[in-house]
Amino acid sequence: MNFSEMIQQAKEEYNSLYQNEELVILIGSATCGNSAGASIVSSTIQEELEKHNINYKIVEVGCIGLCYAEPIVTIIKPGSPAIFYGNITPDMAVELVDSYIINNDPLLDYALGTFEDGGIDKIPHIFDIPVLKPQVRMILRNCGFIDPKNILHYIANEGYSGFVNALGMKPQQVIQTIKKSGLRGRGGAGFPTWQKWQFCLDSAEKTKYIICNADEGDPGAFMNRSLLESDPHSALEGLLIAAYATGAKAGYIYCRAEYPLALERLKHAIMQMREFRLLGDNILDSGFSFDIEIKEGAGAFVCGEETALIASIEGRRGMPRTRPPFPSTSGLFGKPTVINNVETLASVSLIMQKSPHEFAEYGTRQSKGTKTFSLVGKVKKTGLIEVPLGTTLREVIYDIGGGIQNDGDFKAVQIGGPSGGCLPESFIDTPIDYDSLNLAGAIMGSGGLVVMDQNTCMVDVARYFLEFTQKESCGKCVPCRLGTKQMLDILVDITEGKGKPNDINLLVELAEAIKLASLCGLGQTAPNPVLTTIRFFKDEYGAHIQERMCPSLLCRELISYIVLPDKCQSCMLCLKSCPVDAIIGGKKQIHVIDQTKCIKCGTCFEVCSEKFAAVEKVSKTKGKNEKLDDEKIDK
Amino acid sequence: MGKDLREILSFYKGDRSNLIPILQDIQANFGYLPENAILEISKFTKIPESEIYGVATFYAQFRFTPIGKKHIMVCEGTACHVKGADQIMEGIERYLDIKEGETTPDLECSLESVACLGCCALAPCAMVNEKVESNLTLKDIKKLFSKNSK
Ligand SMILES: Cc1cc2nc3c(=O)[nH]c(=O)nc-3n(C[C@H](O)[C@H](O)[C@H](O)COP(=O)(O)O)c2cc1C
Ligand code: FES
Repeated sequence: MNFSEMIQQAKEEYNSLYQNEELVILIGSATCGNSAGASIVSSTIQEELEKHNINYKIVEVGCIGLCYAEPIVTIIKPGSPAIFYGNITPDMAVELVDSYIINNDPLLDYALGTFEDGGIDKIPHIFDIPVLKPQVRMILRNCGFIDPKNILHYIANEGYSGFVNALGMKPQQVIQTIKKSGLRGRGGAGFPTWQKWQFCLDSAEKTKYIICNADEGDPGAFMNRSLLESDPHSALEGLLIAAYATGAKAGYIYCRAEYPLALERLKHAIMQMREFRLLGDNILDSGFSFDIEIKEGAGAFVCGEETALIASIEGRRGMPRTRPPFPSTSGLFGKPTVINNVETLASVSLIMQKSPHEFAEYGTRQSKGTKTFSLVGKVKKTGLIEVPLGTTLREVIYDIGGGIQNDGDFKAVQIGGPSGGCLPESFIDTPIDYDSLNLAGAIMGSGGLVVMDQNTCMVDVARYFLEFTQKESCGKCVPCRLGTKQMLDILVDITEGKGKPNDINLLVELAEAIKLASLCGLGQTAPNPVLTTIRFFKDEYGAHIQERMCPSLLCRELISYIVLPDKCQSCMLCLKSCPVDAIIGGKKQIHVIDQTKCIKCGTCFEVCSEKFAAVEKVSKTKGKNEKLDDEKIDK
Repeated sequence: MGKDLREILSFYKGDRSNLIPILQDIQANFGYLPENAILEISKFTKIPESEIYGVATFYAQFRFTPIGKKHIMVCEGTACHVKGADQIMEGIERYLDIKEGETTPDLECSLESVACLGCCALAPCAMVNEKVESNLTLKDIKKLFSKNSK
């Protein structure tokens, strides 16, 4: 089969999905959908349809990014536009079958949107709903609409045409095209993609390698996972194009083991590429040969760093080494190697399918294109989003994310993961692009945005990140191995109410030294979360150190739980759920928490009915004398 | 499951770059890396045992003791942390009466933490035998152990 025959077959198959004679039901089946109960919903629908002898086809699609609304079910009745339904429970699924599928009442209350202009009265187009309207979906264009296990769905949507376009050019022309697009690496550092490729192409070495970095170690970020689960071929096509442009004959995908579904989808996609002769010898009779091998990560954050990643593929401890030499001159097995992030490669496919101009139309002068972000934490509408670079944090958090959960107060947004920073309210109008974020003291990173509200303690956040980097430090260089440990010890002391007046200065001093002297990016950026929280939330540090209290009521050593006597209804619920029997009371007897027994697990706080809200968290400033005593003991 | 050591090794050439995939394969089959397996790998790849331990102990994935039938990994990622992952971890520790990193004496349950499961939008999460459970609360902990009890 040549490529145009493939397209023919693909279009027929894909179009039959949306212009069908049979009922088609799409189920969002990425990790988020599955964990929210997609499979139970799917089997409930199937049982119900079978009961009524209705013919149907179920297609498991990826994630359209509205993770807060999972499980998402899309129903396409013959002759009607597709309707997306969100937060579907098995009971609602039964209702949908009876009301909409059988009786034609589309149950407006459950509908998120439709997928055709002039669709159905009172249901907006899915791209017009507030979460999606400000977004520009280029990288994620297929996510949630195609079957990720079916290569034909990808091909029907211009898939692999970018690679075929590249085959019609000389490698240098491909690099030129990527240069025109202005694409910068999406893995964190923002290095111009074309330049990396050029180094590799220019090398006289015969053997070269290309690696797709799917290690996505940043905790709180899942852009790569979602893309690989929902549209794996978009990254794989980019890998083919990169290989062709640089002259690499072998490629690796380094994907973390914590993503079993992404790994499964990748394996399946690669098998299909072989079947369609898009991989192996003499691809599409072009004379170009290339093969891909998947390498599973083994749970080390530092292996996202390129030289550590290479060491790991070579079968060694994943420890970074000094650069230069850079991987583009001496990388995997000592050969020139290009390493690109999943999203960078997906952008490459996009640029080659469309044109560099269409990509560069979005973004700012220095940061071109769109970028995906995982919007999580204390925001109402959590999920995966895509916006042009240069969009402000405010637009992302309020327009797309719908504001803060439970209508709380925005406190900070953490951007860039363990290497990034926490930006406060005063920075909410910062545009998200490489340079503006650096200026603000954070970094773009790979795209994790963790929103924090008044209940998040910024000292605890700093401690959390240091604990993470300290645990993940490979131990090769002293500043990172020992420096982060020292910083962590100080931060733990502060959160436990044992901070000393000079601690902040000491932290800053250590931070500067670690940044300057560490071997790799992990150590060089590890102090960032501490430095930004000190810069923007110094009063919170002050409260912990001077007053021994946690204003956000989070640091366990500084808070206690109490039952408010005037609100307690003596319902016995907290008393029965307390794991350590610390609550005294009885029927018709106000409950009291025995502070000497309480382990501050928060169970009573959680079980006490919202109506009563009788359990309260408090953090009291200790008296002056007490404070002095503490300090004496410390000395 | 059920493959023996020799069978697993026969899939590999024995290059250095096979080392981590071999270790992963063995752990997938036995649930952990038994001592004799390291010896066999060393013979097969000609890499000294000490170096194999060096590699295996570097990566969080590998363990040297058997694991429970139900393997629970509580996410300690940023999103889960700000949504109260610590409380969930402690709740499970209390429920199972073991600490993070331990296995119940009857080999039913093992409890570990993980850096992030990529399901951050529905935090806090935990993975139970490759299935991700999301939006956890303290109240869900009991269910976690009845629902998945196969
Ligand atoms: C500690 C550390 C962790 C990293 N983790 C990742 C990662 O998980 N994924 C990724 O793509 N890049 C990661 N990087 C960046 C890579 O080293 C490299 O810059 C990137 O993969 C290059 O791809 P790009 O040019 O397409 O962005 C990490 C860097 C450091 C220092
Ligand atoms: S932070 Fe827990 S799943 Fe990502």
